[in-house]
Amino acid sequence: MSGLALQFINLLAALLLLLAFAMLAQRRILSLIHLYTMQGVVLVAATAAMGYVSHQPHLYVSAGLTLALKVFLIPWLLHRVIDRLNVRWDIETLINIPTTLIVGIVLVIFAFNLAQPISELSASVARGTLGIALACVLLSLMMMITRSKAVPQVIGFLALENGLFFAATAATYGMPMVVELGIALDVLVGILILGVFLFQIRQQFDSLDIRHLEKLKDE
Amino acid sequence: MSALGFAAQLLEILAALALAPLFLGWVNQCRAWLQSRRGPGLLQPYRTLHKLFNKDSVLAERASPLFRAAPYLVFGCMTLACGIVPTLSTELPLSPAADAIALVGLFALARVFVSLAAMDIGTAFGSLGARREMLVGFLAEPALLMVLFTTALISDSTSLTTIVRTLSAREVGIQPSLALAAVALVMVALAENARVPVDNPATHLELTMIHEALVLEYSGRHLALMEWAAALKLFAYACIGIALFVPWGVAGAHAPLALLAALPLLLAKLALGGFLLALLETLSAKMRIFRVPEFLGMAFMLAVIAMLVNLLLGAPGR
Amino acid sequence: MPGGQVSAAPQLAAALALAAAWIVLGVAGLAALQRFVLVARVLFPAGAAVAIALVVVALPAVWGTPQTAVLPIGLPGLPFHFRLDALSALFLMVIGGAAAGVSLFSAGYFRRAEGTPPGLLCFQYHVFLAAMALVVLADDAYAFMVMWETMALASFFLVTANHRSAEIRRAGYLYLLIAHLGAIAILLCFGVLQANTGDYSFANMRLQNLPPFWASIAFVLALVGFGAKAGLVPLHVWLPEAHPAAPSPVSALMSGVMLKTAVYGFLRVAYDLLPAQIWWWGVLVLAIGLVTALFGVVFAAVQSDMKRLLAWSSVENIGLIFAGIGLALLFAAYGMDAVAALALTAALYHVASHAFFKSLLFIATGAVLHATSERSLGRLGGLMRVMPWVGWATLLGVLASAGLPPLGGFVSEWLLLQSFLFTPHLPNSFLNMLVPAVAALIALVAALAGYVMVKFYGVVFLGQHREEKLAGAHDAGPWERTGMLWLMAGCVALGLLPAQGLDVLAPVTTMLVHASLTTLAGGNWLLVPVSIERASYAPLFFLAGVAASFALAFFLVRRLYHGRVRRAPAWDCGHPWQNARMQDTAEGFGQPVRQIFEPLFRMQRELPTAFDARPRYAVEVGDHFWHWLYLPAARAVEATARFVGRLQQGRIAIYLLYSFATVIALLVWVTR
Repeated sequence: MSGLALQFINLLAALLLLLAFAMLAQRRILSLIHLYTMQGVVLVAATAAMGYVSHQPHLYVSAGLTLALKVFLIPWLLHRVIDRLNVRWDIETLINIPTTLIVGIVLVIFAFNLAQPISELSASVARGTLGIALACVLLSLMMMITRSKAVPQVIGFLALENGLFFAATAATYGMPMVVELGIALDVLVGILILGVFLFQIRQQFDSLDIRHLEKLKDE
Repeated sequence: MSALGFAAQLLEILAALALAPLFLGWVNQCRAWLQSRRGPGLLQPYRTLHKLFNKDSVLAERASPLFRAAPYLVFGCMTLACGIVPTLSTELPLSPAADAIALVGLFALARVFVSLAAMDIGTAFGSLGARREMLVGFLAEPALLMVLFTTALISDSTSLTTIVRTLSAREVGIQPSLALAAVALVMVALAENARVPVDNPATHLELTMIHEALVLEYSGRHLALMEWAAALKLFAYACIGIALFVPWGVAGAHAPLALLAALPLLLAKLALGGFLLALLETLSAKMRIFRVPEFLGMAFMLAVIAMLVNLLLGAPGR
Repeated sequence: MPGGQVSAAPQLAAALALAAAWIVLGVAGLAALQRFVLVARVLFPAGAAVAIALVVVALPAVWGTPQTAVLPIGLPGLPFHFRLDALSALFLMVIGGAAAGVSLFSAGYFRRAEGTPPGLLCFQYHVFLAAMALVVLADDAYAFMVMWETMALASFFLVTANHRSAEIRRAGYLYLLIAHLGAIAILLCFGVLQANTGDYSFANMRLQNLPPFWASIAFVLALVGFGAKAGLVPLHVWLPEAHPAAPSPVSALMSGVMLKTAVYGFLRVAYDLLPAQIWWWGVLVLAIGLVTALFGVVFAAVQSDMKRLLAWSSVENIGLIFAGIGLALLFAAYGMDAVAALALTAALYHVASHAFFKSLLFIATGAVLHATSERSLGRLGGLMRVMPWVGWATLLGVLASAGLPPLGGFVSEWLLLQSFLFTPHLPNSFLNMLVPAVAALIALVAALAGYVMVKFYGVVFLGQHREEKLAGAHDAGPWERTGMLWLMAGCVALGLLPAQGLDVLAPVTTMLVHASLTTLAGGNWLLVPVSIERASYAPLFFLAGVAASFALAFFLVRRLYHGRVRRAPAWDCGHPWQNARMQDTAEGFGQPVRQIFEPLFRMQRELPTAFDARPRYAVEVGDHFWHWLYLPAARAVEATARFVGRLQQGRIAIYLLYSFATVIALLVWVTR
């Protein structure tokens, strides 16, 4: 039975990676938020399944926390932000999507190889998925690099945190509760600050294109 | 190779020839139902084929012998393709003749001849169709090969019968690599068979059509063979999907009873697959031709990720 | 030659004699400079006979023990060493096999009044053939370099056969330049390999156990030198210029055969002369091979000149061959000899099949060129109906070139993909993930090759005539047909009898990587590289399957229904009038590739505006390497030359002063 559950976790890990790629290739901000929400759902399922496999009840708590935060609260906040900023249907031109995806594949290979020696140190049943978690982190970072608008960058940051969270769950059955709560709070505060920040950029430049920030540097 | 093997081989080819138009009819019927139409009925493809075979074949004055030979050749290729994908039994005498890579080569051979025949008359539509068909082909072929490679790496073999034997021996469940590969295969199949997001089988609008542009100059028995071959291709793709991702129930060697049970099971799987295909087609909108490379690029990437995930998480059952 | 050596080396002696016979034929041509009938109808067919004899002589030598001979020609004290082993025998067979077909074709091809006198062409042609044969037989650096340079010069003169055209002179110059850069690298490579012993025979080089650093230097020099000849990116720029410039049979020889001597030289150095392989060599060669393959096929897709298209396709095929060699190096470096043999077999098989199908395609373009005097794809079309012989022959070549079963190109591709499937067993964790993903690139190249070939064939042979005069084009003559038939037979044989082909390759891979494929596992008709559970391919059954359903469908339709046919104007969705300009052009066919692979091209487009009375669209596709590598290099050379040029004053007294200063300096240095 635990074999099947493990298979389930692996499947969820693959889904997480797939969603990270989808976010990398997505042009619309609204769809990005939907993808982020889906990533949250997958993360909740993975954490709960991990809790079931490893008999670690605190993982259920952390799954519940993720559910509340990443599936409901943050997407809701993001929806409000894009409604207020009126960037709901914004379409962003990216640098050539196929190129991004090919670089993404190379990153995945890199992450998988990097994770192999680390995962051998871990005692977790799902240590194989560590490489995927690392790949998600790198892909999210890359997404932050390739975007020129502020909201997708924030989403990239949040996706990066998702990857880290999954890495922690996969390698060590999650972080201690205190740390986890702390990070959850951090993310929440972070997004609030970023929200304020976004409104400020908008007021200043009448646009959310962060290339405008380049003007701020001292000549 | 036993007599049973030959019987299984023959049964499989005959089943493919007989069922391919039915499968197409089923998909069309499902689409009609989903779109609240009554639909022409399951047997419409047979009626169409019969009608076309009865008609005179009208050839363009410029048509070369290549144009006349191509329908038979494409039909032959697709028949062979249906013969080497193990759907009923894993003991097939033809199977050592062509493995997964040769299967891809077989599809490529048929595609090249279809395109050459389309260019033969020298009309604007024909060459446009040929160009688009080859475009879809060169993007879809690597993706298809990567899907097959994923399964080949799992079973350490490119022989389709070995792959199916290995995959059907594992426990029921969803392997992440196989799940990703399955999605990629569906995307490739949609593109290769001129289904909705890539091509619309029901349109005659030159801005969008691919398959129709290719067979525009064909009529009578030649058109019938081309359409039958297209149905066989769809059938073959459905069978590849079934063989790779839901192989349970395929008869092994020396199992005449299992062979009998395999046919109804195959029908059930095909019915479900056809319904899902119709659902997918109804839910999605036709995309612009210049979006097709992106779509297939995505399929290719999925297949590559499937292979990488397979290498990372290890082969199932080990 | 001492008698004892001849009896010890019968095949080698015969091969040398045959090469000499080629030279004799060439000299005979020189003697009969303007006697066209003698040259065309006697000397060229005799050359073909020599080529076939070469295949017959070389075949048993594949399985024999290596034979050596020393000939006291050349400089005193520096005799030519020759050696015939499995590797050289294989390449002799490739040279002979392809040359036979091309020579037969040439017998009907060369015409009176085409610039260069026929006898001179005959001389250059046969010296070229002999030099290629002797390159693969040479067993010391001296003989090798002499033959290598003879080959380069003979082919240079053949390229510039039509030297009245400035474009051709330019192509020839570029070719000569890069060929010599390559030759310098090869010379330096031999210099490193002999390890300060002063003995330049290959036998001595094999004994030297070079340290990895020097071995790597020799390897990279060999890669540069032979890569320049083979047309590896970024040293490929001469190839699409020079190959189309030559007369078609010569293009066929250059693309089909001469490139293979570079492959031979590279294999000789990398596996035979160097003591051991290092893994990053394999990665380097694999990467360069794949880049070359992709580059070649993508550029082939956008060409609008049929011979340039084929030349770019040669770049692609060389890339595939080198990818196979690189993979084999990688496996060999990790001690996986059996898999290395698989990858190497794939590469060698592709060497043979490419020799046949590319020669076939090039001579077919020659036939088209003679019949229509057009090379541009924009002015051809519909030739299938007026030149059925050439049309069907080219169709076969096109299918083989597109890597379609059941022909030769597919077998090598199949073997190559099979060997890629073994890469997860590599002990290097990074490589074992990267390399299978790279296999996709091979698949992409193969699929694009299909695209290119459909474009080539469809535009030249199918559709409507794009020019009025094409309707009067004449089919190939009997000599030309014979040559094509020979090459077609080669393509078909390589496609249908891979198990026999692998049998010939087994001693070669045993010699190079100490392992071979067990070809007998599947019997005579089944290609089974490892085990039947793992993979198998039987082209004959494959063909039988397609043919049987073809025939059954044909007869059943006739039997159950009818075979009536009506002829009518083309339907074309009911368009009332159609003309040849409504067909897709070569540029149009290449458009999707231009769009998808845009970063690879340097494009200059001229687009019409909405108000143009005579709208014009033009696109010119260039190669980035010209602007990134060659033009800067050329500028640097020019700048240096200008600097050095300041020494040139034009006054004799000053030149005498230079000589005087040199003499003084030398005297001081010597007597110090």
